[in-house]
Amino acid sequence: MAAGPMKMRASLGAGFTDVRVLMTHPMETGLRKDPDGKVVPQHFIQNLTVKLNGKPVIDAQISQAVSRNPVFSFRLKGGAKGDKIEVSWLDNHGESAAIEAAVA
Amino acid sequence: MRALAFGAALALACAAYGQDVAKEIQRYRQMVAEGSPAELFELDGEALWKKPQGPKNISLERCDLGEGPGVLKGAYAHLPRYFKDADRVMDLETRLLYCMTTLQGRNREEAAGRVFGSADRPSEFELLSAYVAGQSRGVRIEPGMSHPKEKASYELGRALYFYRVGAWDFSCTSCHGEEGKRIRLQDLPVLYKPQYARPVIATWPAYRVSTSQFITLQWRMNDCYRQMRTPEPTFGSETTVALIHFLTATARGETYHGPGNKR
Amino acid sequence: MQRDFHPRGQATMERVVQDGVQRVCTESHDRPPPELAKALEADQMKTIVYPEGSLMGDWKRGETIAQSGRGLTWNDKPGEPAGGSCYNCHELSPQELSHGTIGPSLRRFGKTRGTSPEVQRYVYGKIYNAKAYNLCSQMPRLGASGTLTAAQIKDLVALLLDPASPLNQ
Repeated sequence: MAAGPMKMRASLGAGFTDVRVLMTHPMETGLRKDPDGKVVPQHFIQNLTVKLNGKPVIDAQISQAVSRNPVFSFRLKGGAKGDKIEVSWLDNHGESAAIEAAVA
Repeated sequence: MRALAFGAALALACAAYGQDVAKEIQRYRQMVAEGSPAELFELDGEALWKKPQGPKNISLERCDLGEGPGVLKGAYAHLPRYFKDADRVMDLETRLLYCMTTLQGRNREEAAGRVFGSADRPSEFELLSAYVAGQSRGVRIEPGMSHPKEKASYELGRALYFYRVGAWDFSCTSCHGEEGKRIRLQDLPVLYKPQYARPVIATWPAYRVSTSQFITLQWRMNDCYRQMRTPEPTFGSETTVALIHFLTATARGETYHGPGNKR
Repeated sequence: MQRDFHPRGQATMERVVQDGVQRVCTESHDRPPPELAKALEADQMKTIVYPEGSLMGDWKRGETIAQSGRGLTWNDKPGEPAGGSCYNCHELSPQELSHGTIGPSLRRFGKTRGTSPEVQRYVYGKIYNAKAYNLCSQMPRLGASGTLTAAQIKDLVALLLDPASPLNQ
C-alpha cells in the first residue's frame, strides 16, 4: 500500500491547540509473513516532524511497534487561529509525506 | 468467615477493575471517533466516485442512490429502499454495482469480481461505501418502508434472522438472540431490539483496527454466514439485502454517526 | 435460500436445506411443544455413535481442541482437523480469560459430577449431539455434523471430567 491520503484537524482550546493527524502507512514490522509464507519486508515511519508556523516543535522517532494507519494526536501550548501546522513523516524507505493545515 | 470477606473484597476489586476497563474502552472509542482512520477511506472513496471508468468512461457522479442522480446527502441513511428502474429493493452496495453496470457500462462479472478487499488493497465497494456513508453523517436513519417490495424485504429479513440453518444449526439469534452474551470477549448485541440495533447501524460501515480493513454490511452478512457454516450468500442478493433492511429498519430514528471503528 | 446461496469450498448446498430439528426450532422460535421435543430428542439420541472402550482421552489435547475455531467453513481445507470452538461460548480452564458466555460455564464440571461411565456417556453424547438432550440448543452437533472425530470428542470428555484437567482445579 503506497502513501495514501493524510488528514489533519487542528482546533484551538483555552491556551492550547489540539491536533489530530491521520496517516496512511502500512507500518510493516518485518515480522509478518504473507499468504505464500514470504516475510513482508520492513516498511515503517521512522521520523515524525511537527512545525508551527515553520518552526519545528515536535521531532519524534517512532518504531515499527506503531500499527498500520497511525493516528497521532497531541496538544501544543498556545497557538492562535490561522496558525500554520505542518506534519511530515519520513519512513525507512526514504519515502515521505506532509500535510499542512491552519488552526481553526 | 475470613474466606468470605476475602471473596467479597476480591469481587469488589474485580467489579472496580471492570469499571475502569469499561471507562478506558469508552475513552479510547471517543478518541478514535474524533479522528478516525475511516476518514482516509472516505477520501479515497471520493476520488473513486469521481473517477471515469468503464466502456462509457464516465464517473459515478450521476448515480441515483435514491435521493436523485448525484445527490449524496442523506442517501445512505435512507437505504435500503425500492428502486423503480431495477424493480427491486437495494442496499448501498447493490445500488453501487447497479450504477457501475448501467451508468458506466461495466461488465457485471468484472465489477463484482472483487467485492471484498484486503488491508493492502481495499475493494471499490469498501472505498465507495465509506465515502457515501460519510455523506449521511447527522441524518436520521429511515430506510424505505412504504412500497410493498420494501415491506416484503423487511419481512424476509426478519424471517431470516430467526432461521436455523447450516452444518451447525445456527440462526442470527444463536449469537444475537440473548442480552448480555458475548462470543469470546466480543459483546453480542440483540439486533432485533431497537435499543441495541441503533448504535450498531449508526456506525456501519466501519474501519476494523485489528485487520486494518474497511468492512461493510455486505461483508458482515457474508462473514456471518461463513461462520454459520453455510454455503456463500451471493453479493447483493435478496437475502443479504433483506437482512440489512431488517436491521436498518429496527434501528430507524437513530442519527447516523458516519463510518465507525471496530476492534 | 437455494437461489441466493452458492457452494464454496467444502460448504455445499445441502447445508441450506433445513432438517427436521432446524425447521421445528425455527417455527417454534426455539420453544418446541414438549411432546414433539421429546420425540425428536429421542430420534437425535439414535444418531450418537459411541466408540469402543474408554470414553476418556487426553485433556491436554482436549484443551487445544477446545481453543480451535477451525472447521467446516468455506475457508477451511476439508480433511484438516477441526476444533470444537468451545471457548467461543463457554468458560472452561480458569487460565483462559478470553471465553464467551453464550453457553454455561464448565468450570469444575468433572469435580461435581465424577468420572463414572454414565457421566462419561452423557458428556460424550452431549458433545456428539447436543440436540438429543435439548432439542433447540444453540450448541452445534459436533459429532453428528462430522466436525469432530471420536478421538477428539474423547479428548474433550477428558478436559471436562479428568480430575487432573485444569478445568477441575
